[in-house]
Amino acid sequence: MAKGVWIVAEQRDGALRSVSFEIASVARKLADELGEDVSAVLVGSGVEGFAPELAKYGVDKVYVADDAMFADYTTDAYSEAVAKVVKENDVSILLLSASVQGKDLSSRLVGKLATGMASDCTDVKIADGRLLATRPMYAGKVFGEYVVESYPQMASLRPKVFAAVENAKAGEVVKFDAGIAADALKTKVLETQKDASGKIDLTEADIIVAGGRGMKGSDEYKVIEDLAGVLGAAVGASRAAVDAGWRPQSDQVGQTGKVVSPNLYIACGISGAIQHLAGMSSSKYIVAINKDAEAPIFAKADYGIVDDLFSVVPEVTAEAKKIL
Amino acid sequence: MNIVACVKQVPDTEALIKLKADGSGIEEGGIKWVMNPYDEYGVEEALKLKEANGGDVTVVSLGPARTMETIRTALAMGADKGVHITIDDADAYNTAAALAAAIKEINPDVIFCGQRAIDDDSGQVGSVLAELLGMPQITIVTGFEVADGKVKAIKPIEGAQLVIESPMPCVVTAQKGLNEPRYASLPGIMKAKKKPVDVKDAAALGIDVAPKAKIARMTPPSERAPGKIIAGDDPAAKAADLVKLLREEAKVI
Ligand SMILES: Cc1cc2nc3c(=O)[nH]c(=O)nc-3n(C[C@H](O)[C@H](O)[C@H](O)COP(=O)(O)OP(=O)(O)OC[C@H]3O[C@@H](n4cnc5c(N)ncnc54)[C@H](O)[C@@H]3O)c2cc1C
Ligand SMILES: Nc1ncnc2c1ncn2[C@@H]1O[C@H](COP(=O)(O)O)[C@@H](O)[C@H]1O
Repeated sequence: MAKGVWIVAEQRDGALRSVSFEIASVARKLADELGEDVSAVLVGSGVEGFAPELAKYGVDKVYVADDAMFADYTTDAYSEAVAKVVKENDVSILLLSASVQGKDLSSRLVGKLATGMASDCTDVKIADGRLLATRPMYAGKVFGEYVVESYPQMASLRPKVFAAVENAKAGEVVKFDAGIAADALKTKVLETQKDASGKIDLTEADIIVAGGRGMKGSDEYKVIEDLAGVLGAAVGASRAAVDAGWRPQSDQVGQTGKVVSPNLYIACGISGAIQHLAGMSSSKYIVAINKDAEAPIFAKADYGIVDDLFSVVPEVTAEAKKIL
Repeated sequence: MNIVACVKQVPDTEALIKLKADGSGIEEGGIKWVMNPYDEYGVEEALKLKEANGGDVTVVSLGPARTMETIRTALAMGADKGVHITIDDADAYNTAAALAAAIKEINPDVIFCGQRAIDDDSGQVGSVLAELLGMPQITIVTGFEVADGKVKAIKPIEGAQLVIESPMPCVVTAQKGLNEPRYASLPGIMKAKKKPVDVKDAAALGIDVAPKAKIARMTPPSERAPGKIIAGDDPAAKAADLVKLLREEAKVI
């Protein structure tokens, strides 16, 4: 019978990514309810040493495929490796992150393992001994509770929604040979172009200050950048601001942009269209600064200020500077 | 070149979504159905590729009878022919399996999908399709070109973007930024009516329709507790209140 809660640990640039600890912590909780173990699959080059870090977040066993062929993430190599070890171990539950890499890998695994997956979940639990995964659908207008009838029961978890909780376990290392023929690798990463700005990616930021059409122009974003600078925040934008050419596509939050879940999201001059809300309504705290008291964003906001953003935001920056 | 674009018909993003009383699904009455926005980017890229290299663009869609309108929209944009796989509903794996069965006969060089359908928001079908057809995939791309018989695509990741190369045939899933989808022209709409659409029954393609991922229940989103509007006339005073609340009540700064 299928058994065990497994995760795929995510690493990049010589370090585990924080989403790995989030999914490990969720896996630990589910495994404890089921009375089962947590195993992590760790694929990469020079990654064996990461096992103790996973152990800290509740992983009993770490299955490691460490090889130069895994230096760059490629769908071909990683999905082959993970599918092999998961199949060999008749896994019951398999969790990944809904990060960029996790989305690519998890969906390929659905095909390789011929199973079902609830993607980008905001809640998971055990009900009647099975995984019950909850996820937003239709731009967050509806939530679906999913049951996967096949094995492994797969779910990908929205980054930053689940807390990383320390709970030390053995983290015993089990090496496995992924047995991948070099000619099975079809895609190649030709180049990695790092964002020159070195800014925090929106999906990883704890705080986001976002501006919309109310910003009026690209230069005016200075007031938002100043606030973001003081708060250590990333800068986001509505589609209106991106389509106007004021901000790059990578700043767009929403249905056709990024899905973000920071601790704090400050929306300035953003009306709160459903497509924008789709990208940020899982934020823990939402602040709206908008001169229109009727703007729909206020219905989602924990704190609202109805006023001209150009008079309020610089004051917020000044106040924050006093304490930070 | 033989090019396939997969398109899904979805409710318009502005549509009011109402749940059936028993939470088993959504009420379809009154919904305006449109092409999934990400699929518009896929169709556009397919048309550009055909314009540059010659060949045929086939649009493939799985869904109930109304899906034909979306296929006609893609034909009106400039696609050459359509395949309509008829079925009321299917999960990601079964959808991909049916698409794979239909697409295999077309023997494509490139298959475009959207990175995600905005109804179920699952983002799985492109990759599962690639796996079932034994093709490599490049997902969520904002740049695409074919040079020397290979695909080169740009894929944004957290804090960087990758340039990825793949042999053909392959599956590419489209993200906003890839292109600006064209509108269907009036002559395009007229011509679309005469373009061939092959209608296939999902069961006849040998597709198992029992879902692997099942929706046990749908619920409305939980309401957020009503927020606090910080009152007053003085922007500086309101800003001070906000910072205090964020610091002391929410504890997020
Ligand atoms: C298929 C589809 C996908 C989409 N995807 C996205 C998406 O991913 N992300 C997204 O954001 N949108 C998306 N949209 C667009 C969305 O519908 C809205 O058009 C967009 O979010 C509006 O952006 P906005 O709030 O900045 O602008 P507006 O709706 O124009 O709102 C501007 C707000 O600024 C306020 N304002 C103006 N001046 C000031 C001032 N001086 N001080 C304070 N407040 C001021 C106004 O009161 C107003 O509320 C999508 C739409 C479609 C159809
Ligand atoms: N029923 C369908 N018919 C045709 N293509 C589909 C269908 N469902 C999904 N796709 C394709 O797969 C992409 C991702 O869909 P999904 O995995 O459902 O989010 C869509 O953008 C389409 O290109």
